Amino acid sequence: MDKMPKWADVVLIPLISLILAAALSALVILAIGEDPVAAVKLMVNGALGSTYGWGYTLYYATNFMFTGLAVAVAFHARMFNIGGEGQAMLGGLGVALMCLYIPWPHWSLALIGATGLAALFGAAWAAIPAWLQAKRGSHIVITTIMFNFIAAAVLNYVLVNLMRPKGSMDPATARFPGAVHLPTLHELLAPIGLNFSKAAPANVSLLVAVAACILVWLLIWRTRLGYEIRAYGHSETGALYAGISPVRITMIAMLISGGLAGMMAINNVMGEAERLVLNATEGAGFIGIAVALMGRSHPFGVFLAAILFGFLYQGGAELALWTTIPRELIVVIQALVILFTGALDNMVRMPLEKLFLALRKEKQA
Amino acid sequence: MEFLTLIQVFDSTIRLSTPLLLACLAGLFSERAGIFDIGLEGKMLMAAFFSAAVASLTGSVWLGLLAGIAASMVLAGLHGLASITFRGNQLISGVAINFLAAGMTVLIAQDWFKQGGRTPSLFGQGRFPGLEFPGAIGPADAEATGRPVSDLIAETNVVLQVYSDLISGHSILVYLAFLAVPATWWVLFRTRFGLRLRAVGENPAAVDTSGVSVVGLRYAAVAICGLLCGIAGAYLATALQAGFVKDMTAGRGFIALAALIFAKWRPWHAMWACLLFGFLQAVALRYQNIDIGGVVIPVQVMDALPYILTVVILAGFVGKAIPPRAGGEPYVKER
Repeated sequence: MDKMPKWADVVLIPLISLILAAALSALVILAIGEDPVAAVKLMVNGALGSTYGWGYTLYYATNFMFTGLAVAVAFHARMFNIGGEGQAMLGGLGVALMCLYIPWPHWSLALIGATGLAALFGAAWAAIPAWLQAKRGSHIVITTIMFNFIAAAVLNYVLVNLMRPKGSMDPATARFPGAVHLPTLHELLAPIGLNFSKAAPANVSLLVAVAACILVWLLIWRTRLGYEIRAYGHSETGALYAGISPVRITMIAMLISGGLAGMMAINNVMGEAERLVLNATEGAGFIGIAVALMGRSHPFGVFLAAILFGFLYQGGAELALWTTIPRELIVVIQALVILFTGALDNMVRMPLEKLFLALRKEKQA
Repeated sequence: MEFLTLIQVFDSTIRLSTPLLLACLAGLFSERAGIFDIGLEGKMLMAAFFSAAVASLTGSVWLGLLAGIAASMVLAGLHGLASITFRGNQLISGVAINFLAAGMTVLIAQDWFKQGGRTPSLFGQGRFPGLEFPGAIGPADAEATGRPVSDLIAETNVVLQVYSDLISGHSILVYLAFLAVPATWWVLFRTRFGLRLRAVGENPAAVDTSGVSVVGLRYAAVAICGLLCGIAGAYLATALQAGFVKDMTAGRGFIALAALIFAKWRPWHAMWACLLFGFLQAVALRYQNIDIGGVVIPVQVMDALPYILTVVILAGFVGKAIPPRAGGEPYVKER
């Protein structure tokens, strides 16, 4: 018998963790001499008060949906893919190659091509750590960390020595041609009479991200493969006994995870920057960890958590603009969310379980 | 390559290896006791900031060092709380600590100093000076003769060059770091505490059965880890450089982690691994691209080499790296 009802596990614990993280963040804001209530108002206004704010919130959220799903899929197979950052960097390389060297007739075809190569590159970058884990038992957390740094060096080399246009000092590729420009939400919503902000970077890849959420949900809970992944994650020996190959599941789960992380590049590289720059990922790969933990590795949870973090990112940018609170406040909030929902999970869970057990006993008595 | 240039590269190798070595030994204590720690980076960063901030505010580098150690140990305590007391995921806790340090340092630096997330530059008593060994050519000789130190060193014989440039002239923390290697070896392999600490990383149930506290030992290991990371961070901000800048650890915590695996969790090997990785950093710092017989090695290869080597070692192609058996597993007493 479960110690707690399911809703407490799915809703109550993340909510309490979030409240704890928010309360501590408020204390931090107080400590640096600012008013937390005013800060929250400014964040809500800046991130959700206009279509411009929403455009940025959703743009960030698109990034975090991809990286959050990437971490979540690996979590289901009980693996911690900390290499989303590197996989997304390589995905960016895939997008840049597709957009620069193939004359696409229409953006929709370019999007399909770029998504494919981004996913392929991301998956390839995850494949080596996955293979080492599956075949040689090398700890995947350590290898994926190492691969983040190696990816940064590879990208640095490629941008400085190979893909930089002649005469440019900036370590970045040339601007992508106009034909591969992805329609922004402004361009998508204008025909149906909605006036969305022109300056905001949210674009059609938001829809791809939402589709990815749905597909991951179908994969994990409605297919045989998803069942095998979850079974393997719950008990390796159990899965082995049921004829599930650990090597196969480790490889497949990590390839999907890396592919999802790589796909983030269609949003930040193709949709926003329209060229590949150094550090294009801006830590989104790591935020995926917080998003997956917050969303309890469920695609719908990831979707909600990604929007929450999108709000925090855009709101944090507004705070940095109008107050003396630096942008790094968001990094602190992110750390607290990871801490409470991930590492200190039992701190919230243990007292709650006791409470529910006590309540149940009372009912029986 | 000239001999003197070689000495200078080795000299900067020692300087750059020191923070790696301290952090690596920190990780060694923690992981030998069964607590994985990918938060070395965060602890170093936090210590770097608080040591520079306190050294700048009080003008005393020793108070700065204490503040750095204290800050690092607070984060170590948090890691212990999450991974020992609440039996949480040690890797996730480490990730959280890294982000906490990255955010908090800039936030506090901006609040205290208003210089865009950095501390004021340290000078005089706010920094660890280089120790001049007797008979070595140093700044004192330069002042007496009115010529730069580099000229004086270039003119002397080889032995004195090595002695003056390579062995003498480092800050006290450098010597401390290299003395910490035999000390670590002695503690881990020649004391009762060390035996128990290693046992708790391999088979905590056995330690528990013999009536020794698993929790106590693991907290002790985590505290030593915090102490050493604190010294590493203080060295970065008050000896290697003069003040704190945002993200100044620049992945050193992860290179230290790589060195720890490269050394297969052994103190002397850790020193050699850190010297190797420090050497790679020194070479990358001095030369942009290296031309070896017509083949140009780009600087990015130097940057990536510690990580590539670690992956190769982890893959078990060059000897197998086997971590402490109970590493990463929270200990649950049987009821």
